[in-house]
Amino acid sequence: MDNGRKINCSCGCSKENTVLLYSCSGAADVGEIADRIVRKLRQDGIGKMTCLAGIGADLTGFIESAKGTNQNITIDGCQVACAKKTLERIGVTPISYILTDMGLTKGITPVSDEIILEMSEKIKQKRLNPVAS
Amino acid sequence: MIIEVLGPGCPKCTKTYELARQAVTNTGADAEVTKITDLQTITNYGVMITPALAINGEVKIAGRIPKLEDIQKWIMEEK
Repeated sequence: MDNGRKINCSCGCSKENTVLLYSCSGAADVGEIADRIVRKLRQDGIGKMTCLAGIGADLTGFIESAKGTNQNITIDGCQVACAKKTLERIGVTPISYILTDMGLTKGITPVSDEIILEMSEKIKQKRLNPVAS
Repeated sequence: MIIEVLGPGCPKCTKTYELARQAVTNTGADAEVTKITDLQTITNYGVMITPALAINGEVKIAGRIPKLEDIQKWIMEEK
C-alpha cells in the first residue's frame, strides 16, 4: 500500500516496466561482445544500462534498483553466467541471455560490429517471441 | 540522521517525501529530510529508478513508494 493510493507518474522516472540491462563484461571475447550488445540495446531504447559491478560491490542503490523493477535483463558471454548469478545472489531472477547458447564460441568469436548487430537483433526477437526463438 | 528522497520531483517522489517527514514525526527521530533532484547525484548513488529513499547514505528502496511503517522501521534501526 503506498498508503492506499495509486499515484501516476508522468516524469519518466519509476515505471513498473522499467527495463534494466546488465552485461557480464567479462575478459573473454564474448564478454566484450556482451558489453557492446548491452550498449547497443540501450541506444536502441530497450532499457537502461546499469552496473553489474555496483551489485557485486554491495552498493545499495544498484541493489534496490534491481529489486525495484520487474524487468532485469542480463547478457552473459558464456555459461559461467556471472551476470545472471550476481543478480540471483540478491534474490532477483533476471531474464537471461547467454551468448554461447546463442551460437557464439568463447575464444574464437571476433568482436565485430556485425556480430554485435546480429546478436542484438536476436535478443530483440527473443524478447518479442520468447517461445518460438 | 540524514534522510534523502531521491527523484526528479514527480508525484511519487513528493509522496515519498511526505511519508518520510511523517515517519520522522511519528518516531521522534532527530533527522533531517531532504529532497535530491539532481540526476547526477541520484546516479552517483547507483539509483536507476525513482523514487528512492536513503538513510545516512544507504539506499533502502528504489522504484516505488515505501510504506510508512517501513520508513519508521528503518529509522528505528538507525537510531
